[in-house]
Amino acid sequence: MYELILTVVLVSLGYIFGRRAESKHYKSIIMREKEMNTLPAMASRRPPSDGHYDQALVSGSVVIANDYFKSFVAGLRNLFGGQMRSYETLLDRARREAVLRMKQEAKTLGAEAIFNVKYETSNISGQTRKKMPVIEVHAYGTALTKYGI
Amino acid sequence: MFISNLEFMTGKTVQQHLGLVQGSSVRAKHAGKDIVAGFKNLFGGELKAYTELLHESREEATERMIEQAKAVGANAVLNVRYSTSSITAGAAEIYVYGTAVVLDGIDD
Repeated sequence: MYELILTVVLVSLGYIFGRRAESKHYKSIIMREKEMNTLPAMASRRPPSDGHYDQALVSGSVVIANDYFKSFVAGLRNLFGGQMRSYETLLDRARREAVLRMKQEAKTLGAEAIFNVKYETSNISGQTRKKMPVIEVHAYGTALTKYGI
Repeated sequence: MFISNLEFMTGKTVQQHLGLVQGSSVRAKHAGKDIVAGFKNLFGGELKAYTELLHESREEATERMIEQAKAVGANAVLNVRYSTSSITAGAAEIYVYGTAVVLDGIDD
């Protein structure tokens, strides 16, 4: 009985705070993405050959955790199968945040574009005791800055 | 030292290939941060302590790779890749590797 109450409390706390945190994060991501629109990040491996550029490796990473409610829902979802919305938004947020951080670093260098962007996702949940989902996303690429600036 | 994950440097030619160089770093965080992470698991959100930890770890691995590249006489490392693996509870390994090269027209 006591355990049931605890679970209900944890799930509802996770629901309230997790939702709030997520919508706040999405708002900030969308706002910053608009700001960073002028600095394109591309997966292309061949930068323009005309003109001289300085190349520098830039990267951004984020470690993000799921809230208790979402993990709980995902656990239920595991029974029936199907689309796992709660994990989708988690990874989406993490990837976009990582790219934004990478762009931020490139911007401080005065870069014009980022080429050969690679993502790397790793599950580091083995580090917490209860094996809750903790995901690290690392984005890196080569920032190109016009020569001589 | 130029580090890039492209296979070449714009406007410069590769004079000499010196082979693969690599660096790695294994880090663990202290228990206090783990407890904070446990709380975060309730409410969701970014685990800043882990982000910092992995960032530092990545920098150290890169530093080691650069040292190795310097030792073989390179002035740039191209085609750099990162990889992460979690070895055991509380520790993560960051591995970085690339090709050490000597580029034309860089004086150092």
